[in-house]
Amino acid sequence: MSVAFRSSALEKVQEIFRRYPDRRAAVIQLLHLAQEEFGYIGPEVERYVAELTQVPPVFVHQVLTFYGMFRTQPAGRHHIKVCRSIACHLMGATSVLEYLEKKLGIRAGQTTPDGRITLSTVECLGACELAPMMQVDDDFCGPLDEQRIDEVLEKLK
Amino acid sequence: MPQVKIITQLFGVEDSHRLPVYERHGGYQAIRKVLSGMSPEAVIEEVKKSRLRGLGGAGFPTGLKWSFVPKDSQRPKYVVVNADEGEPGTFKDRYIMMNVPHNLLEGIMIAAYAIGAHTAYIYLRGEYVHPRRRLEQAIAEAYAKGYLGENIFGLGYKLDVYIHVGAGAYICGEETALLESLEGKKGWPRLKPPFPATVGAFGCPTVVNNVETLSYVPHIIQRGAEWFASLGTERSGGARILSVSGHVRRPGIYEVTMSTTLREVIYEHAGGIREGRALKAVIPGGSSSPVLRAEEVDVACCFDALASIGSMAGSGGVIVMDETTCMFDALHNIVQFYAHESCGQCTPCRVGTGWLKRIMDRIGEGRGVPEDVDNLRAIAADMLGRTICPLGDAAAMPVMSFVDKFREEFEQHVREGRCSLRQTVREAVS
Ligand SMILES: Cc1cc2nc3c(=O)[nH]c(=O)nc-3n(C[C@H](O)[C@H](O)[C@H](O)COP(=O)(O)O)c2cc1C
Ligand code: SF4
Ligand code: FES
Repeated sequence: MSVAFRSSALEKVQEIFRRYPDRRAAVIQLLHLAQEEFGYIGPEVERYVAELTQVPPVFVHQVLTFYGMFRTQPAGRHHIKVCRSIACHLMGATSVLEYLEKKLGIRAGQTTPDGRITLSTVECLGACELAPMMQVDDDFCGPLDEQRIDEVLEKLK
Repeated sequence: MPQVKIITQLFGVEDSHRLPVYERHGGYQAIRKVLSGMSPEAVIEEVKKSRLRGLGGAGFPTGLKWSFVPKDSQRPKYVVVNADEGEPGTFKDRYIMMNVPHNLLEGIMIAAYAIGAHTAYIYLRGEYVHPRRRLEQAIAEAYAKGYLGENIFGLGYKLDVYIHVGAGAYICGEETALLESLEGKKGWPRLKPPFPATVGAFGCPTVVNNVETLSYVPHIIQRGAEWFASLGTERSGGARILSVSGHVRRPGIYEVTMSTTLREVIYEHAGGIREGRALKAVIPGGSSSPVLRAEEVDVACCFDALASIGSMAGSGGVIVMDETTCMFDALHNIVQFYAHESCGQCTPCRVGTGWLKRIMDRIGEGRGVPEDVDNLRAIAADMLGRTICPLGDAAAMPVMSFVDKFREEFEQHVREGRCSLRQTVREAVS
C-alpha cells in the first residue's frame, strides 16, 4: 500500500472509530479526513479507506460517488462554490457565476491553469440571507456583486 | 404578535456560544431540574403538553415521537440531531449552532434522558465548517465541566455526544437517509415502517429531531409547557424561527409565535419588499412547499393554517418573490434542484423529476409545445404518494402549485418561446 495517513491522522482515525458501534460507520468521516490529508480521493486512497474500515472497496466507491463534497481529482488551492438554488437564483446567482467564469477564464467544474482556484456550482448552502452567495474554502460570502467578488478574489493567493 | 426571543434571546450577546455565558443567562438549569427530580415519563408528558412540533419540516408532535421509543428494550437507544439543513430557503439551524450551541446540547441531554439514550449524534452538513467548530468547542467545554460524559452534572446519567459530518447530499436530511449516512453508507431512504423509534440507527431505537426542535426543549422545561403552548395556536405550540430570503429589504431569521401572519413577517420584520416593489408570491416553508399568491399572505405561519390553504409550514424557509419574478424561471430552478437531488432509488421520483426537468428545459429554450403545461401538472400529480420517501412529493407539489396559480405565465412561455416579463422589465430599466 503506497498511501497511508500520517501518525497524527491515524490517531484521529482511532478517535473516529470509538464514536460508533462498528467501523463501517466511519467511512464518510475517513473520506473527509483523507480529502483533508491528500487533497482528493484517488483509487489508492479509496482502497486504503476500505482497508481501514474493513469494508469492500466497492462499498467505499459507492459512498464516494454518492456525495457531492468528495473530489476524485486534484483541485486548486482554493475552492469557490457558487450557490445556484432558488433564493440565490432570485437574487442574481446566474450573473455571479457568469462574472466569475469570465474573470477566471474557466467554466464551473474547472480549475485555473495556475492551480489557484477551482470553481463549482452547488445547491443551497443554508445561507440564503446572504444571497447571492458563494462558499470560498471554509467561508460563506455574500451578498455578492461584481465589486465584492473582485475583493474576494484579490485575497486568494 | 410581535417577535419573541426564546432561542434567540442570547443572539448578539458577546460570546453567547461559550458555556459560562450560556450558564450565566440561565442555561443548564432545565437539565439539572430534569436529572434531579423528573422521571423520563414526566419529561415526555411535559413536551407533549407544550404542543412542540418538529421544526425540521414534517411538524410531527415531538413528545408523541419520543413516546414511541420502546421503554423495555435492552438495546442501546440513540438521539440523532438533524443538522443537515439543506432545504433551499432554510438557514435558522446555522444561526442556532453558531450563537447558542449549548442550548442545543442541553436539548439533546433532555431528549436523551427522556428516551433512555446514552449516545447522541449530531448529523451536521459538511459545508457548515464554522458551526462545526462552534459545536466542537461547546462539546469540549461541556465534557470539561462534567456536563457530558460518564456522570453528567454529577447526577448519575451517562451521555456522549458526537458530531457526524455529512458530505453534500440534500436527501440525507430525510431522516432515514440520514440514518443510512450515519451508518457510513450512501443516503438511500429506507422504507417505513419500521420507523426510527423502533429500528433507527444501527438497528436500535432512535429519535431523530431537528436542531431547532431540540433547542426549544430546555425553555419548555424551564418555563413550563403551558407557557409554551399558550404562545402558539391550537395544535402548534410556541414559536419558531423563520428564515426569510428573497426580495425583502431585510433577509434574515425572525423568531415569531405560531400565530404570526406571513404578511407581518414580510412587511414588518423583514422590512417589506425591496425597492418599494409589489409582492408577487411567497414560498412559505422551504422550496418543497406549495407557492402562495400575494393575496394569500394573511395566514398564520403555523402548520395547520398553512395546510388549510393547501401549502405547508415545512422548514419555515420563507422565500419572497416580487413583481419582477418570472414564475416559470423560478419553478425551473426548483425543478432542476429536485432532479439533481433525487437519489434515484424509486422510479416515479427518478423518472418524474427527469421528465419535469426536460420539459422545463425545452420550454425555456423556446421549444415548448402547448401540451407541455398540462403534462407538467400530470407528471407531478402521478408522482404524489408513490415514492419511498417524501422527496417525490416535495418535487411534485411546487410544480402543481406554480402551474395552477400562475398558469398564464407558463402558457405564455410556451406560446411566445420567451419570457415576456423579463423582456418588459428589461425595457423598463433601459
Ligand atoms: C427530502 C427531505 C429533506 C429533509 N431535510 C431536512 C433537513 O435538512 N433538516 C431537518 O431537520 N429535517 C429535514 N427533513 C425532515 C426529516 O425527515 C425529519 O422529519 C426531521 O428530521 C424530524 O425532526 P423534527 O421532528 O424535529 O422536525 C427532510 C425531509 C425530507 C423528505
Ligand atoms: S422519492 Fe426520490 S429521493 Fe426519495 S427514495 Fe425515491 S428516488 Fe430517492
Ligand atoms: S439558496 Fe443559496 S444559500 Fe440557500
